[in-house]
Amino acid sequence: MSEAVVQHKAEEPVARGAAQTGWFKRALDSDLFYSFRRSRITMIAAAVTLLFFLLAIFASLLSVQNPFDPAQLQLMNSRISPLWTADGQSPFLLGTDEQGRDVLSAILYGLRISLLVGVLGVVLSGALGILLGLTAGYFGGAVDGLIMRVADVQLSFPAILIALLINGIAKSVLGNKLDEMSMLGVLVLAIGLSFWVQYARTVRGSVMVEKNKDYVAAAQLIGLPAPVIMLRHVLPNTMGPILVIATINLALAIITEATLSFLGSGMPETMPSLGTLIRIGNNYLFAGEWWIVAFPGLALAALILSINLLGDWLRDALNPKLR
Amino acid sequence: MSVRQGLLAMTLASALALAVSPAMSQTLRYANQGELKSLDPYTLNESTTHAHLGHVYEGLVERDKDLKIIPALAESWEIPEPTRWRFHLRKGVKFHNGDPFTADDVVFSAERVRAQGSNLQNRLPADAKVVKVDDYTVDFVLSSPNPILHGQWDVWYIMDKKWAEANNAVAPTPVAATTPSYASLHENGTGPFTIESHQPGVKTVFKANPNYWKKPEHNLKEIIFTPIASDATRVAALLSGEVDVIEPVPIQDIQRVNASPNATVLSGPELRTIFIGMDESRDELLFSNVKGKNPFKDIRVREAFYKAIDVELIKNRVMRGLSTPSALMVAPELYPLSKEFTRPKFDLDGAKKLLTEAGYPDGFEVTMDCPNDRYVNDAAICQAVVGMLARIGVKVSLLAQPKAQYFAKVLKPGGYKTSFFLLGWTPATMDSQNVLHDIMGCRDDPKDPNRGEANLGGYCNKQLDELTDKILVEPDVTKRNLLIKQAFEIANKDYAYIPLHQQALAWGVSKKVKLVQRADNQVLLYWATKQEE
Amino acid sequence: MLAFTLRRAIQAVGVMIAVGIIAFSMFRFAGDPVNQMVSIDTSGAERAAIRQSLGLDDPVIVQFGRYVANAAQFKFGISYQFRLPVTNLLMERMPATLELAICATIFAMVGGILMGVYSALRRDSLLAHAFQAVSLIGISLPTFLIGILLIYLFSVTLGWLPSFGRGEVVRIGWWTTGLLTLSGLKALIMPSITLGLFQLTLIMRLVRAEMLEVMRTDYIRFARARGLTTRAIHFGHALRNTLIPVITVAGLQFGSVIAFAIITETVFQWPGMGLLFVQAVQNVDIPIMAAYLMMVSLIFVTINLVVDILYTIVDPRLRSTVSRAH
Repeated sequence: MSEAVVQHKAEEPVARGAAQTGWFKRALDSDLFYSFRRSRITMIAAAVTLLFFLLAIFASLLSVQNPFDPAQLQLMNSRISPLWTADGQSPFLLGTDEQGRDVLSAILYGLRISLLVGVLGVVLSGALGILLGLTAGYFGGAVDGLIMRVADVQLSFPAILIALLINGIAKSVLGNKLDEMSMLGVLVLAIGLSFWVQYARTVRGSVMVEKNKDYVAAAQLIGLPAPVIMLRHVLPNTMGPILVIATINLALAIITEATLSFLGSGMPETMPSLGTLIRIGNNYLFAGEWWIVAFPGLALAALILSINLLGDWLRDALNPKLR
Repeated sequence: MSVRQGLLAMTLASALALAVSPAMSQTLRYANQGELKSLDPYTLNESTTHAHLGHVYEGLVERDKDLKIIPALAESWEIPEPTRWRFHLRKGVKFHNGDPFTADDVVFSAERVRAQGSNLQNRLPADAKVVKVDDYTVDFVLSSPNPILHGQWDVWYIMDKKWAEANNAVAPTPVAATTPSYASLHENGTGPFTIESHQPGVKTVFKANPNYWKKPEHNLKEIIFTPIASDATRVAALLSGEVDVIEPVPIQDIQRVNASPNATVLSGPELRTIFIGMDESRDELLFSNVKGKNPFKDIRVREAFYKAIDVELIKNRVMRGLSTPSALMVAPELYPLSKEFTRPKFDLDGAKKLLTEAGYPDGFEVTMDCPNDRYVNDAAICQAVVGMLARIGVKVSLLAQPKAQYFAKVLKPGGYKTSFFLLGWTPATMDSQNVLHDIMGCRDDPKDPNRGEANLGGYCNKQLDELTDKILVEPDVTKRNLLIKQAFEIANKDYAYIPLHQQALAWGVSKKVKLVQRADNQVLLYWATKQEE
Repeated sequence: MLAFTLRRAIQAVGVMIAVGIIAFSMFRFAGDPVNQMVSIDTSGAERAAIRQSLGLDDPVIVQFGRYVANAAQFKFGISYQFRLPVTNLLMERMPATLELAICATIFAMVGGILMGVYSALRRDSLLAHAFQAVSLIGISLPTFLIGILLIYLFSVTLGWLPSFGRGEVVRIGWWTTGLLTLSGLKALIMPSITLGLFQLTLIMRLVRAEMLEVMRTDYIRFARARGLTTRAIHFGHALRNTLIPVITVAGLQFGSVIAFAIITETVFQWPGMGLLFVQAVQNVDIPIMAAYLMMVSLIFVTINLVVDILYTIVDPRLRSTVSRAH
């Protein structure tokens, strides 16, 4: 095995040239980074996205309470308006909700859930899609036919329907054991299984193109096993489009989770994500308790907006025709 | 507006009013969160359905604005002997298709309501004989006395025998009908309204019945009923004047509705009691970290839970003042002696001490089952309870589910799979005996398999059951009330359940409309009047 | 050509069968329908009788066989809640959903193309940036929040538009339409915008990107060199070339629009198939849920099939390797 690796490394410059010097590094060195620097909006979007991730990671340090711990919620403190309004109370900067949950803390913790569901969902769908795409593209024939037919079936259902379905099954299978953590898993699964097709199609497409090229033939000739060829040589060429899909899908995954919550199939109210917070808060909009829905709504919109902006820029930057 | 203009306007208005006949000229639009699923009055035993169909059908008796039983299709009745009830029927009443109403229709309805497929079989004992004495007199012969025989007859609607036979609708439409039946899509009652069109789940149009036997109290020409499930949309529709009446108004929106120029909220206590129950029958809880024993079998633990829950706080915060904390499992409107009961005081330290005495100084873990779309703010109440119990060290994980999944899990067919739950109950007979029998009676009574049917926690006290049986046959009201008191005292001493409150009714009503709110939450628009437009 | 069409059709049937298996097996195991149909104090024996009469005690394979045999004849059974044939219910609700979906698509196409063309031609103008911002907000706010905000603004605060339902509808044969009455038209506005906003964003971006791409091609440069007016170039050549992919995408998205109508219909209490579906999920009304899925898939598969075939007619090069835009 080690011999093979050495040989394969020796082949690199001959076989593929730039692809092996690290796609990411190459990109940062040149056009991509340049266009990033040139677009102020993109820089702001990146900063906001980064900020949201940091807020989510350090949520427990920044919150006045753990909104997931019922013992820390005081019903006495329910429905307090934001601090700068007449009825505001310290330390509830953005006010509290029906259960006496601090809205800011709830947003920070909810952000954590939303991002976790989003990121894990995207990772799962990406892994699944890439694996199936590579398999379909490389082997072709019946395997390809089968995978692509499954993809067709899947495409007959928009993601939100599939997610609803998977949620439904999980609920009936898990039944009584369905607590907050397993609900999180179910959401990741639902989103992961709803979004894999795009990756699979993209990867399959480029595999079909790449596999007839000389360097693959050369690699096969020297006896490299198929998985290694796929992962080390073919896959890196598709990283650009995959990154674009992943970024846009992250935003979609977060929206999907929020929508599932709206339809009553998302995170439970005892461990709310941003989507759940909006669903709860939505009930209080007419009552004039706007802060319960407004701030989670703004946070969600800002998060998705920045991710979408990043995705947009990434797609344009990686599309040579538009540069 | 000057005086002259005002006068002119008034004359004009009255002239117009005369021209279009002031009575029965208005269209009233009504939206409810639930749908009208079947028009067959024996298909579903559910109060909203009964209320809708109460506009077109009538029973032998009805309940008036204060829920008192009054004559309807029966003019009067007497009980010549404890096991025989005689009803004298109203003469000259016609069904909507013109058929006259007679004793045959009552006998027919009595058979139909007890037939296979009816969801209202408990309206009449299976062995009761219904005998036609003459065209306008019917006897009900019972095997044992039952002073509350007609307790649920206000929603046992009388159907037309001839019509049913002509339309192949003799058998009731079962809830699980596999073919649509004529009676589920058409009506032929005697009531103040007829149904002009019915699109299930979309729209139902009621028209005033011009041949109604009683002078109508409403001034409506038609009622257009639309189901609107979404709370926000329903409220918006009322505020924008697209509908005149909505039920329910979510309690957080009550202020907003009251502040609006064109609508108000009618509210009052509802007869449903919201309570918390615990699994008191299993030797080990299904969903808890305590193994080998069941903490809820210890009365001290139940008492501790009772005292750790602050119902006043729930009332003020979660229910926004719109609930009546209750010491009993039945609403005060339904039981005159309920004032003699008081709730044990909220007492956190006492609760902690009791828990320590019982051997749980650090509390324990248990899962709570809770519906989230059934009762007013149900999931929010459960969350509040979880927070309160956390203060005595009990770690409750909350499983709040839509009613479909919730009931499937906790009810009898699901095997009572719950350790700790929230439920609401309105006795269908408007009587305490139903509560004692259905939710406090011992389960698995070989003589009475229906006893304890909805006793999810499996509380059992034979003494209470004996009293319940006595209460059923006791004809003397005062004695009966005292027996009920004894029974409730036993249950309270055992901390069998933790009653929380009676929730509030909240109907949104346009300022143009006047109507009567009855405490059983049936929206009956034949008592509504709408201002001329 | 015929062989290709046939192959596609067979594939479509295969997809439908697979969807049928999924629809059936998923919903067979989600919740207990009996509980939904009876009241809380219905006895155990009565419940058991209902179970049996619904065939819920039969082996799963028997239930599935029964299901497929019936589905092939468009018989999806009787709704547990309404006690009416599911097919009738869906047909009754279909006009509402289709009308909404078509209006939303038209809104998205017209708005998307106009905004897309403008922002491609005047890339750096203020309005183009505004469009760009609107389109980003369109995909960054969850649909239900947009709907609620619209209701709050236009129904409650301003009182201009109705907050729910279809208004007055006119019945033409079995079809009901809200397009012929004022209240029906008014009722269509907010739901169409809510539902169409996402597609509008999509189309606007697509048009913009395609326009920019086409404008760079040699053939436009030639046109310019030939001295054609800017107007003729933009609308006669560039836009025409852009429209084919746009219409394709809009067509393919139509299935998604119908499915996404679930959310819009719930917010606006629009009496269509999506609302029926959501209510069915809440009431574990298996026949409706299964039939809805089959129906949406059928629409989707049909659109795909038609697009595939049209493609091969329009562009012969694609006959061997048909690829679809996604």
